[in-house]
Amino acid sequence: MDVLSSLMDGFAVALTWQNLGLALLGCFLGTIIGAMPGLGPSNGVAILIPLAFTLGLPATPAIILLTSVYYGAMYGGRISSILLNIPGDEPALMTTLDGYPMAQQGKAGEALALSGLASFVGAFFATWGLVFLAPLLVKVALLFGPAEYFALFVLAFATLGGIASRNQSKAAFAAALGLGIAMVGVDHQTGMPRYTFDNIHLYDGIDFLVAIVGLFAVSEVFIFLEHRGEGVGGKTGPVGRITVPFAMIKQTAGTMGRSTVLGFIAGVLPGAGASLGSFIAYTVEKRLVDRKGTFGKGDPRGVAAPEAGNNAAAGGALVPMLALGVPGSGTTAVLLAMLLALNITPGPLLFQNNPDVVWGLIAALFIGNLMLLAMNIPLVGLFVRVLQVPPRILMPAVAMISAVGIYGISGSTFDLLVMVGFGVLGWVLRKLDVPLVPVILGVLLGNLMEANLRRALTISNGEWSILWGSWLAIGLWTISIVGFVLPIFVGRYIRFTRPAGMKDTAGLEGEDPD
Amino acid sequence: MSFISRSRHVLAAAVVAAVVPLSAAVAFEPTNPECIAPANPGGGWDFTCRQAGKALYDLKLVPQPIQVSNMTGGSGGVAFAHIVSKRNDDDNVIVAASSATSTRLAQGAFPGMNKDQVNWLGSVGADYGVIAVSKDSPIKTLPELMDKIKADPTSISVAGGSAVGGWDHLKVLNTARKAGIENLRQIKYVPFEGGGEAVTQLLGGHVQAFSGDISEAKGFVDSGDIKVLAVLAPERLPGEFGKFPTATEQGIPAVGANWRGFYGPGGMSDEAQKYWADSLRTMYDSPEWQKIMENNGLMPLKLYGDEFEAFVAEQIKDTEDLSREIGLIK
Repeated sequence: MDVLSSLMDGFAVALTWQNLGLALLGCFLGTIIGAMPGLGPSNGVAILIPLAFTLGLPATPAIILLTSVYYGAMYGGRISSILLNIPGDEPALMTTLDGYPMAQQGKAGEALALSGLASFVGAFFATWGLVFLAPLLVKVALLFGPAEYFALFVLAFATLGGIASRNQSKAAFAAALGLGIAMVGVDHQTGMPRYTFDNIHLYDGIDFLVAIVGLFAVSEVFIFLEHRGEGVGGKTGPVGRITVPFAMIKQTAGTMGRSTVLGFIAGVLPGAGASLGSFIAYTVEKRLVDRKGTFGKGDPRGVAAPEAGNNAAAGGALVPMLALGVPGSGTTAVLLAMLLALNITPGPLLFQNNPDVVWGLIAALFIGNLMLLAMNIPLVGLFVRVLQVPPRILMPAVAMISAVGIYGISGSTFDLLVMVGFGVLGWVLRKLDVPLVPVILGVLLGNLMEANLRRALTISNGEWSILWGSWLAIGLWTISIVGFVLPIFVGRYIRFTRPAGMKDTAGLEGEDPD
Repeated sequence: MSFISRSRHVLAAAVVAAVVPLSAAVAFEPTNPECIAPANPGGGWDFTCRQAGKALYDLKLVPQPIQVSNMTGGSGGVAFAHIVSKRNDDDNVIVAASSATSTRLAQGAFPGMNKDQVNWLGSVGADYGVIAVSKDSPIKTLPELMDKIKADPTSISVAGGSAVGGWDHLKVLNTARKAGIENLRQIKYVPFEGGGEAVTQLLGGHVQAFSGDISEAKGFVDSGDIKVLAVLAPERLPGEFGKFPTATEQGIPAVGANWRGFYGPGGMSDEAQKYWADSLRTMYDSPEWQKIMENNGLMPLKLYGDEFEAFVAEQIKDTEDLSREIGLIK
């Protein structure tokens, strides 16, 4: 086994005291960065690049440190999702849907432990996928042309109803709002500015991190202010046991397996990334196993699915970065830049030219994963302490971290104003009971969806038939249509057969946090 | 043998050269030097700042490590505006720039700003353009590709990493114009987010040709996945890229150099201006920087101070003419 012997060589590289220490440091810093609202894996890695340079690290230890930060941040994102209902980073968005309800039911400990386990499963198997499937998966990624990407994004929106099924029209409104916000900026096809009002700060569009932090974190602060600090938050009750009951592992095992596969595939596709991975994992799982309508109300499977999905996607995103030099997500773009700065050119020849870097990195991922699992289960108790912090201390801290995080990304005071604007918008939308997740998805996917539609039409000279011109595209359209139509009938059936007075599954629909 | 003696010679020259700015540094030495990359981590500007920043410090040309800040927005416009309006007399800051910067300036995409508001310090190399097709394409030469476009513009989609009107697009247009194609607006250009994504689309067979820079294509050329039809350089490049024909030798005299370099604030003191230009020049000549250029497919382009300023001005003028011709600007 050629692959296994290469992997053994990789472990020989990774198992030095220095590299182990760096992996540990990276995992710890990554978890903290991931848990902070606004600071996600991409800026986490970007912030720590200077550290790697200042330490004068050669290529392999540097990439080990930074990928540990990457994986750590993917783990950490779930913590604030579950405890505060604020996603620590964008891929952890979906974890709020069931994680926060679990915390409200006094099962925060279980949710954290379970999500830690799900993260481990996702990341662990995705790393194996990286080992064996990298060359093969590159070929699959090549099948995706603009038309297929467009169909993939349609699929993401068609299954939106699954997240916010309390009120389909409000979800549709939210998605349209998100798509509208995504249109701000210079149009990449023609170079024409749209909705920029001649303000140069709007030329690059609105950064979705700014939108996320504004909509989730800042609006939370506004709601706190509205209630004058009374009766908000801090009411989550006892944390409960910080282990995963065996029954729960059994219940969620299938979910983790399926979500890992889906997340990994989403990660491999350049430009799709971890957010899409966790999103698709959640919606598909809801379709498949949510027979009693418990998703959105603290179903453990609703916690396991997005966490396995986004951590698997993190592993998957490394495939196109290493094998093609094309980043599959924002974070891998940063990692790519760092590799280039270290005179290593990722691409088709990386596995041949720099085997020590590639296999050392992969071995470090396995080690980092074990460290993260070990670190995350016992440390859950520490993270849970966050709950005991009274909101009058916590909320100013949230406001401060949000502001620092956003300013840190772009160094722009304009973005801070945009963030506050989104905070107000989030507050209004919550009052109107409009779900926030579709807004974010619109902002996140809108540009890519539009760009790919227009690229496809440019290539086909305006023939719309290109959109269903390949078997892959037809397959994606079929899944979209089934995913869109089925819940309308099945949902009606479920509503009909369910006892009166029982509400439909709720998404993150602007519930007051009390 | 000759290579070794030559590199020794270069080393000696670098050592001598390194001493000169040290003595000049009595007059000016930056405190807390900063390099602004006007884009997110991961792009070409970020690369320029980080690589040059590291090399300048490693060579002890700056007393402290250069702090890299990423200032995204307006395709470099936010950083440009920031320098012009807020840091006009700051001696300690330099900003990464490239052909993308001059293209934007030419097309008036930085509202109310022009090249004379800043100090063009120097270049650190150039990335020449390439036109490529996938390895199993029936097209073998650049004139063949141009003939196909001339015969039926709808049959060829060219992918590139910049927006319509951006650098990768302009290279295609310029080449087509030099090949005698009149209706430039009919050429199908498909913009992607970066050269890597565009090459991927070429490999997947979704587009027929690729317009990009050598550094973007290098990995795929080495692996044999793509076939370079032409390098948009005035003459054959040194080293391993020497095997690719230029457009000029195929009868299409098109040249496209994506330079990489730096500008500083317009109100920078003369001493600081000289200090940065000299430091960049010394860094350029060092074996460390030559190695970085080699690894990243950067080709020679060595212009400082007034020479560099004139070069940028000329490129802006060319871009203006071309953009006017295809109706991007009036």
